[in-house]
Amino acid sequence: MAKHKMNLMVCGGTGCYASAKGDLVKALSEELEANDLSGEVQVITTGCFGFCEKGPIVKVLPDNTFYVEVQPEDAEQIVKEHVIKGRKVEKLLYKHPHTKERISDSVHMDFYKKQIRIALRNCGIVDPESIDDYIAREGYQALGTVLGELGPQKTIDIMKESGLRGRGGGGFPAGLKWQFAKNNPSDEKYVVCNADEGDPGAFMDRSILEGDPHTVIEAMIINGYAIHANEGLVYIRAEYPLAIKRLKIALNQAREYGLLGKDILGSGFDFDIQIRYGAGAFVCGEETALIQSMEGERGEPTVKPPFPAESGYRGKPTNVNNVETYANIPVIINKGASWFASIGSKNSKGTKVFALAGKVNNVGLIEVPMGTTLREVIFEIGGGIKDGKKFKAVQTGGPSGGCLTHKHLDTPIDYDNLIKVGSMMGSGGMIVMDEDDCMVSVSKFYLDFTVEESCGKCSPCRIGNKRLYEILERITDGKGKKEDLDKLRNLSTVIKEASLCGLGQTSPNPVMSTMDNFYEEYEQHVTDKKCAAGSCKSLMSYHIIAENCVGCTACARKCPVNCITGEKKQVHEIKQDLCIKCGNCMEVCKFNAVTII
Amino acid sequence: MTKIKSLEDLKKMQAGLRKQIELREKGENPDAHTQIRVAMATCGIASGSKEVMDYLMEESEKRNLDVVVTQAGCMGYCHSEPTIEVTLPGEEPLTYGNVDKKKADEILEKHVKLGQLVDGIIPVTHKTIEEKK
Ligand SMILES: Cc1cc2nc3c(=O)[nH]c(=O)nc-3n(C[C@H](O)[C@H](O)[C@H](O)COP(=O)(O)O)c2cc1C
Ligand code: SF4
Ligand code: SF4
Ligand code: SF4
Repeated sequence: MAKHKMNLMVCGGTGCYASAKGDLVKALSEELEANDLSGEVQVITTGCFGFCEKGPIVKVLPDNTFYVEVQPEDAEQIVKEHVIKGRKVEKLLYKHPHTKERISDSVHMDFYKKQIRIALRNCGIVDPESIDDYIAREGYQALGTVLGELGPQKTIDIMKESGLRGRGGGGFPAGLKWQFAKNNPSDEKYVVCNADEGDPGAFMDRSILEGDPHTVIEAMIINGYAIHANEGLVYIRAEYPLAIKRLKIALNQAREYGLLGKDILGSGFDFDIQIRYGAGAFVCGEETALIQSMEGERGEPTVKPPFPAESGYRGKPTNVNNVETYANIPVIINKGASWFASIGSKNSKGTKVFALAGKVNNVGLIEVPMGTTLREVIFEIGGGIKDGKKFKAVQTGGPSGGCLTHKHLDTPIDYDNLIKVGSMMGSGGMIVMDEDDCMVSVSKFYLDFTVEESCGKCSPCRIGNKRLYEILERITDGKGKKEDLDKLRNLSTVIKEASLCGLGQTSPNPVMSTMDNFYEEYEQHVTDKKCAAGSCKSLMSYHIIAENCVGCTACARKCPVNCITGEKKQVHEIKQDLCIKCGNCMEVCKFNAVTII
Repeated sequence: MTKIKSLEDLKKMQAGLRKQIELREKGENPDAHTQIRVAMATCGIASGSKEVMDYLMEESEKRNLDVVVTQAGCMGYCHSEPTIEVTLPGEEPLTYGNVDKKKADEILEKHVKLGQLVDGIIPVTHKTIEEKK
């Protein structure tokens, strides 16, 4: 067989599958076959490149050419031009959002410049369905080192020294948690990987499992050995079919190679992993609720202490870590604790994966060192705000987090800094908002989610959040009173303090942080009955500017409720009491004569 | 499928599997390797650039040189094809014309290994191939 000269890496993540209009891998392979190039060029399905919005992505290695929005019909051109003649296919290259220039390769894309990939190191390079690819990338070496050389305590010491903190939201030091689980004596212990990922808009854990399932398996075995557990469980939401499929394939491969099962690598240590499916409730991501759910109970949190490390699954010591936390561990063992600790900020080491979304030019999955500023993420990696609009706020931490504004843009992102400014890291959702987003509506959106997801076990969360939501709704409907603002604050404080689990304890954060940072906007809603962002329908009205109106009748013909009056060539008028604020008139008017007040 | 029974087994297996991933890994940090780009447009292929590319790939591997060989479009020097562009880590690219196996051998031995320039450099009127296009 001739040696491969080139690889065509095709993204096989859920995001790219969703935007593909056919089988890209097949199209490329057939085209290569037809040109007698199959021996020289290999097509490989790989994990997420992070640039999902511009998917499907095809990356050419080793020259790093980065093709976006590739469809099967482009296969011919890629092969005929790029592979055969060495000419890049211009129209498939990524276009810079400002300069409109086509960027020749990923190395020159702002999106990748500030990124360091540790947890996502194999996504985009390995075939997630090939254990050999993983092994070629030093896979399972860390396991070998741990079993053969380090032993449990030294392994835990390395974890502690590395400074790795949990990526599932809480940021608890992983080494310390392992130590607790190890120290609690029991003949039976468990290791659980939390792949519930309930934060709306988050998909980092899914991408890791889809793109590099073996790293999670390897880390779980290491975890089991370090705390003396022989059984692992992955709790994954059933809505992640591709991640589940890849995980199953990986588990079977690991078993075939003897990396799972009895006497792993001749060490005498036995370990195996099972999959448990979650129904997708947000609260089931909370570790005690997750354990309840795995035991077949209702997914409701229980009082801590006891912590899972003392009494978890089946009442036995259980260590729960998040998918992304696990994905860092094999690298830490291979490269050393001090290497890892050299990346990041003082109290937050390593990197964090974020799902960058909202009103930025480059939407996608990114991994940056802790301590990167919000400005770098939004304006460099994210390419700035879409459509030349103005930045207004960025939401981090999902339903438990908060909205940050201009004055926080230069805040280095890490666990402690985000809490200091009234938000939190959470699992890594990051939503950017522009001048058209109303902050009261944003907090209403998150509260709506919380109310929906509250398990109802304790009243502050069950009833309190409902009340919060009602007040917010009143305000956005233009029926808010000045006193409502104080009520919002007081109620938020009570819910935070009195709720049983992390869901309730953090649910008022979106309200509190928007009130802290955008108080005038709340005031405007209740006193002036205005929504400056123009998003609260009840607070706005459509008007026709007499000077601009030429009487073309376009608006009147498009108005669904016939509330626009006026003769041909005469100034038109909107009857406010009938208007349903659908916006049609504004859309059709070619003379900029319709405005929102 | 045989089971892996020890760390040594695993390491041996990994060494055997390295090859299949090496090419992909080189893209991760292109500036750390010497990059050789071979012009592979019609004029280049006709004058033997494919053979030169194969030769460069095989030989740099045999000689254990840290080189990424990729193909490029026409470099605009059709009269002196095959042309190749050599970029040592951290340095400006240099272009050689009329490269045959013998020349390629010399380039690997002198330029890539020792950093010495070899005859046949085409005066550079452009910075990179991309900008030229
Ligand atoms: C309401 C709620 C939802 C949570 N959802 C998740 C989740 O989806 N995934 C996750 O890993 N952790 C989630 N957590 C955090 C877990 O309780 C737990 O702290 C985490 O899985 C521990 O792993 P880590 O230390 O590696 O982060 C959630 C916590 C709360 C309070
Ligand atoms: S805080 Fe909310 S989600 Fe948590 S236990 Fe109470 S009701 Fe359930
Ligand atoms: S579409 Fe515009 S210009 Fe025409 S009648 Fe309506 S407001 Fe006037
Ligand atoms: S907003 Fe809709 S309902 Fe109101 S006047 Fe315009 S077209 Fe008619």
